Formats: sequence, C-alpha cells, structure tokens
Amino acid sequence: MLQLLVLSYTATFEIKKTRIAIVDFDKSSSSRELVSLFEGSRFFTIPYYPSQMSEAEQLIDTRKVHQVLVIPEGFCRDMQVNHEVSLQLVTDAVDGSAGALRSAYAQGIIQDYSQEINTTISGRRVSGPIVATWSFWYNPELDYTTFMVPGILVLLVTIIGMFLAGMNVVKEKEMGTIEQINVTPINKIQFITGKLVPFWIIGHLELTLGLVLAWVVFDIPVLGSVGLIYLVASVYLVLVLGLGLIISTLSDTQQQSMFISWFFLVLFILMSGLFTPVEGMPAWAQTLNTVNPISYFIEVIRLVMLKGSGFVDIKSQLVSLSGYAVLVITIAVWRYRKTV
Amino acid sequence: MIEVRNLVKRFAEVTALNNVSLQVDDGELFGLIGPDGAGKTTLFRVISSLLLFDEGHVEVAGKNPVSDYAAIRQMIGYMPGKFSLYQDLSILENLRFFTAIFKTTLEENYDLIKDIYVQIEPFKHRPAGKLSGGMKQKLALCCALVHKPRLLLLDEPTTGVDAVSRIEFWEILKRLKQQGITIMVSTPYMDEASLCERIALIQQGQIMGVDSPEGIIKTFSKPLFAVKADDFYSLITDLRDWNEALSAFSFGEYVHLTMRSESSTAMQVESYLFSRNHSSVSVKAISANVEDSFMYLMLKKEESQ
Repeated sequence: MLQLLVLSYTATFEIKKTRIAIVDFDKSSSSRELVSLFEGSRFFTIPYYPSQMSEAEQLIDTRKVHQVLVIPEGFCRDMQVNHEVSLQLVTDAVDGSAGALRSAYAQGIIQDYSQEINTTISGRRVSGPIVATWSFWYNPELDYTTFMVPGILVLLVTIIGMFLAGMNVVKEKEMGTIEQINVTPINKIQFITGKLVPFWIIGHLELTLGLVLAWVVFDIPVLGSVGLIYLVASVYLVLVLGLGLIISTLSDTQQQSMFISWFFLVLFILMSGLFTPVEGMPAWAQTLNTVNPISYFIEVIRLVMLKGSGFVDIKSQLVSLSGYAVLVITIAVWRYRKTV
Repeated sequence: MIEVRNLVKRFAEVTALNNVSLQVDDGELFGLIGPDGAGKTTLFRVISSLLLFDEGHVEVAGKNPVSDYAAIRQMIGYMPGKFSLYQDLSILENLRFFTAIFKTTLEENYDLIKDIYVQIEPFKHRPAGKLSGGMKQKLALCCALVHKPRLLLLDEPTTGVDAVSRIEFWEILKRLKQQGITIMVSTPYMDEASLCERIALIQQGQIMGVDSPEGIIKTFSKPLFAVKADDFYSLITDLRDWNEALSAFSFGEYVHLTMRSESSTAMQVESYLFSRNHSSVSVKAISANVEDSFMYLMLKKEESQ
C-alpha cells in the first residue's frame, strides 16, 4: 500500500524543472524577448547566463544545467533581413528519455516565438523561420540501452549484495549454527566483517563482469576512470551489504528477511531514477531519495561511464555514500546480538 | 563450577524457569533430567551466557554470565540440542574453523578429542550435513572440545541417536570427566539418569529435586508394583479408579502401580483386580527407578499446589 502511494507519484515521465543556461551573443531586443519566454515558462529556470561557450560547456559537464541555448550574434539583424536564423540547443542526454523531453519543450518555446514574430511583424513578411539546431550530448542517439545498462548494472549488484547478506545471518539462525558461533569468544566486529568480506568480493566480481559485458555486448565503454567506479562501488557495497545484514539480524526467518529486503528494494529501485527521471518527482520524493543508496550510485555510474566525469564531479555523492555506509555498518554491528 | 540461585526467566507468556536453584561441583558429571518443554534448554542458554534472565543469581566458575560473558565463552564448550555446525563444511573444515575462532590449533588439544576423532576420521572430508546422527554428535562434541573447555554443556546430546551410539557417547563422557572436565548434560531419557553422578529433575520450569540417582530413588517411599494383565487398557483405568492406588503409569508391557498405604501388599492388588474380572494377572513388588521417582515427585508437587 505504502509503495503504491509513494511510487505512483514518483513514476512520472514529466519533467518539471529544467535548468537551462542561455548564452546570448546577440544581446538585442529580439534575443531578450526569447530569453524572457524561457523565463516565463514553468518548465524552465535559468540559473546561469554564461558569456562564453566554454563556460556553458563546463556548466553542462558538471551537471549544473541540463541544457544550453546559444543565441548567435546577429540573431536580430538576420531575422529582419529575412535570413533564416539558427539557434543552437544542446541537451544533456545521459538520461535519454528526459533529454528528449527537455529538448522538445525548449523547441516548443522557440517555435512559439517564431510564430509570434511572423504575426507581430505584419506588413513586413518575415519569411525566415527560426531553426534550432539541436544536439544531444553524451548519448547522441538517445539510446535507451546506453542509458539503462549502467543503471541495471547497479541494480544487479545491489540485489545480489542485499540478498546474499540479507539471507545469510538469518539462515544461520534457522540452521541453529548461530548458537554455536555465539558461545565462542568471537566478537561482533569480527563476525560482521567475516560476513561482509566474501559478499563484498562477489559484488566486485559481478560489477567487473557487468562492465565487461556493457563494453563488449552493448559497446558502452567507460568514458571516465574505471578506478573511480570501483572506488565508489567499494563504499557502496559496504553500504548495501550492511543494510542486508541489518535486515538479516532483525529477522527470524528467511521469508521475513526476503519480504523486508524486497520492500526496500522496490522502493529504492523505482525511486532511484533508473526508469523515470528524479527531477520529475515531487519535492518530497526527491527529499526521500537522499536516503536512497541506489540513486547515488546510479547517478555516479552514469556520470562516470557515459559522461566521463572525474573525481571532483562525484565527490559529493561519494561523501554521502561514505557517511551512509559508516552509519549502516555501525547499526549492523550494534544490532547483531550475541544472545538468542 | 555452576551456581544457580532462585533463577527466573520469563518469556512473553510463559515462565520458562521458575525459581530454579542448583549447584554443580567441579569435575562432576551432572544430569538435567526432564521431559520436553521442561526448561532444560533455557537453563543451558542462561548458563552459557546466550540468554539474559529476569531474576536470581547465576555464577559460572565465579563469573557472572551477563557481565563476564566473554570470560565464560572462552571457558565453556557448548553443544546445542540442535545440530549447529556448518552442514556444507567437512568434518575437518568444521574443526579447523572452530579451532581458529578459539585461536588454537587442532594439534594443541588433540589428546582431548583423539578418542572421539579417530572414530569419525575416516569420513573427515565428508560434509557434516551428510553424516549419520551418531557421527554428527561426535563431531559436535569434538568442536565443543577443541579449545579445552573447563565446563562442557551438552543439551540433549543423545536425542535422536541410536542405542549403540548412545552407550558409546556416555562412555566418552565418562572418559572426559576423568580428564577433569566438569560436564552438565541434559536428557529426556530417564534411563540415562543413572549414568550421572548427580541429577536434577526439572518439570515445568521448576526443579523437583537435586541428588544422586540413588538419593532421588530413596525419596520414593511408597510400595511399588509392576502389574500385568490381559486387558491392558482396562487394567490401567481400573487401577487409576482405585482409591488405594496413588498412581498408575504404563511402563513397557507393565503398569507401575504406586500405593498410598506403606503396608500395601501384592495380595491386596491381586484381589482387587480379580474383583474387577481381570485374567492372567501378575503382580510383582519392585524397587523404584529414576522414572518412577520422577513421576512420584511430579505427583507430590501437583498435590502440594
């Protein structure tokens, strides 16, 4: 029930807030008019007005904006002398479906403006329609698989990690072996570490296999640093395994553990931005996503694999994941009881 | 070695241990005898520091199992009632695992487990889950012994084990006792009670008596008869209806009949049964065993309540 309530809101394909940077080389009344149309739209916010192309490129690289609109010099003049004028629209298409939507929204506004010009400047026929040349960066063909493969890879690593860890301690409870272990002098930290390390290694092997498959089968090489992916994955796996272990220490049977694991997994997965863009979700759902480990890792792996982002770009996610991992492991060690 | 005074352990609805007091001396082979659900396992878990208790005082070798659990776990060997080793590990792997946890080696305490280990050694590469019941018990005992514990807690080690293996197992316990290890063992089988030096009879979370098996039998002060007749079912109901009889329990092919009056005789019983039209009646005066004493103490407890 809870899932139905939460997920219905978050599973929307609509994009509400697109951050667009507008590079206005023309600085004429016409260009300002176009900018104001973007300002007035409820779909767009314009946090930056870079003055140079390189600046705009950097903004889109660091994910500060989703789109860049370039108004070339002579935009106003060309329009009046009946030349066809062209605008350049660059869209970040790491998330293919969201990128396509954003591009369509922006083109819609430009189209409106184009028609408005045609009607307002009556008498003088303005034949030159405004043509927006658009391009998608990072995922030029808006390829769904390119976008999905890294995300699904995260998903698999998560599911395997969470289930392996989630089933483990509770299985020992069912078998009774935990009773024998509990009377030994082994301490909690040793126990949890012992549970963690094998699955941590399995998780890395799986990730490796996944990266190789992505490259060989789907032709998606890692643009950024592979080491960086592993760095984040190593932290992420500790976090996921820790969550699994907490669930496991709290459950009495494998069914219980399975049920709780699935509950969180479904919630985490559908809210993670794997299928639908996080930006399209209501604000409360986005807030909820700050405790969703999957959304962090999906973001990071897409950035690094498709966009080639470096350490600086993903630093904040890494810090969040690390803090989260430490917290979760602490709880897991604390919750594990050496009594029955 | 173990000192338990006025121990109370409650679970949500039931009181699993109700004012339990007992003492186990150093080097003793102590038996905890009682039917299923009497509280044996709960008592073991409290002593082995696995379970926290509600009231009372518990000391194991002078240590408190709540605050000093680390010291106790280093010192005891605990064998749970349910087979609790890793089924997918082989005999040897299980042993190596537990020696590693206790930071010791198999070789160091090999003399202690040698007698037992040689019996399962031919199967040392077989996964523990594929062993027979008796071999599983021997392996579990080995694992409980690898760190040379001073106290061995065995929770129903012979349940589900064949008769021959049971006898072997008790022989092993006797040898371990000779090496100075204190052993506390629980069992639902009354016939095993006489193999212990001292026993505690436990029923519904209460200790009914702690004594040597002989001492327990001595508390049985009434005349006891083994009675047999053709119609076993009406025999036992007739005897239970008889107001001279204190109790009648089936015991194999016999009914063990306890009389109220000290001066009752076999003749008396026979004439009562003839008056009830029983045929081929045989009545023998017998001396009580531990099970008779257990039933008797249970009855006395019920009457006093």
